[in-house]
Amino acid sequence: MTPAATFSATPSSDVDEAALRAGPRAFVDAELAPRADAFDEAAEIPEWFLTSLAEQGMWGAVRTGGMVAFGVLHEEVGRGCSSARSLLTVHSMALYALDRWGSAAMRERWLDPMTEGGRLGAFCLTEPGAGSDITAVAATARPAPGGGWLLDGHKKWVTGGERADLLLVFARTERGVSAFLVPADTPGLTRTPVRGLLGTRAALTAEIRFDGCRLPAEALLGAEGMGTAIAAGVLDIGRYSVASGSVGIVQACLDASVHHATTRRQGGVLIGRHQLIQKMITEMAVNLRAARALCLRAGRLKEAGDPATIVETCAAKYLASVSAMRAATDAVQIHGASGCSAERSVARYFRDAKIMEIIEGSSQIQEVLIAQHALTAAGGARPAARAGAPAAPEGSTA
Amino acid sequence: MSEQTGTRIRDFILTRFPGVELDDRVDIFTLGFVNSLFAMELVMFLEKEFDLRIPNEEMSLDNFRTVEGMSALVARVRAGASAGAGPA
Ligand SMILES: Cc1cc2nc3c(=O)[nH]c(=O)nc-3n(C[C@H](O)[C@H](O)[C@H](O)COP(=O)(O)OP(=O)(O)OC[C@H]3O[C@@H](n4cnc5c(N)ncnc54)[C@H](O)[C@@H]3O)c2cc1C
Repeated sequence: MTPAATFSATPSSDVDEAALRAGPRAFVDAELAPRADAFDEAAEIPEWFLTSLAEQGMWGAVRTGGMVAFGVLHEEVGRGCSSARSLLTVHSMALYALDRWGSAAMRERWLDPMTEGGRLGAFCLTEPGAGSDITAVAATARPAPGGGWLLDGHKKWVTGGERADLLLVFARTERGVSAFLVPADTPGLTRTPVRGLLGTRAALTAEIRFDGCRLPAEALLGAEGMGTAIAAGVLDIGRYSVASGSVGIVQACLDASVHHATTRRQGGVLIGRHQLIQKMITEMAVNLRAARALCLRAGRLKEAGDPATIVETCAAKYLASVSAMRAATDAVQIHGASGCSAERSVARYFRDAKIMEIIEGSSQIQEVLIAQHALTAAGGARPAARAGAPAAPEGSTA
Repeated sequence: MSEQTGTRIRDFILTRFPGVELDDRVDIFTLGFVNSLFAMELVMFLEKEFDLRIPNEEMSLDNFRTVEGMSALVARVRAGASAGAGPA
């Protein structure tokens, strides 16, 4: 029933972008998009569908296909269903961290099943008191008697937290913020599903509490105190995924709007004949091109290992998420009352798009980071440092 | 070689932060403008520029504080790789 794997493992720099898109697009059109409203309504993506994403090779894309291919995949999935894209995002972040900084023991146990999608990951940074400012993390990991760590804390808004098998958790240790990989079946860990979210409602979001969870020494990622740098690296992947998924939302809004504008008649004419409607469609079509181009650029820089990808990804995430919100607002407008109801997917795009402006560093945080980069690149770093002005919010990147 | 390594690292920091007075022993994290994003950029720069992979045990902030420290890190990782104890 499910088509053969559509996600190619060929390095994407060698492949034309259209070729990378064909497989994921066919899967999304046939299998995902037609079900996305039902998933949203049920506030759940069922297990069998998570398995079919595994059959497509989608869970391991951050390791297997090159970063341009990863971006194209996340755009296509985001076009169909932001909840599914969100699950892929956080899983990819945990998998990337495991692959890049995981101990030999953790890699041995988790790398293959996470790449295949038999085991899923999630990302636990945000807390009730620590959102944009990750230096405010209050969860703690103390050295345990006899070795290892004791983890205590409360994480909020964990996408996929209800279902994940391995959690990437940030907690305070003696040497600053540190990162850990925590199996979800660790004694002392409890999860509570979060219901009634505005958007990405099917993304199995949960609150997670850690109450004296005992972790082995090898649960630590990288070195103690490297948590904010690891978070920055992982959030770069998350941002790229969300940027790409937001491009997918713009595409979905454009497709739906063009369809409605060319089928709905009022006053004897198709509404697409009205220039005011055309203006909204123009904005979508132009922002789509611009945001997609920024994502592609960020992806190519990632494949080249170029550090410029970090700020380019912030720019892509910023433009794409703001464009998604704008496109979704206009798509609802073009659809009139039907766009405000469950009759049309544009209502879901509208709710999902708002989430894109908040997660992986809100629009305001991207504005601060991009401006800081521009100011320092113009030689503005020194005076700002002398004047005691605040630097870019340290780790304000969640 | 280490002098040349230092020059390449210094040039990268100065490209990102033109006008900064940079001594090889100055702790760049105390200058007030370096954030965790830049720490990540530094890791990516060192790995690409010197064609190496920084192993987990070297992923300590202390290794990235100064130009001198980063030059020493590059030399250590290269020595480890050529001795067959390749990075993780
Ligand atoms: C659906 C959903 C899924 C999520 N999934 C995850 C997940 O999987 N894992 C996880 O760890 N977190 C997750 N989050 C949390 C998300 O990352 C945070 O909501 C986000 O970092 C913002 O933090 P906050 O909500 O505490 O807002 P706050 O940080 O309190 O910000 C409130 C407002 O102040 C602005 N603001 C804050 N600081 C500044 C500043 N320095 N300059 C200018 N403006 C500023 C913000 O832009 C925002 O508009 C999720 C959130 C949602 C809604």
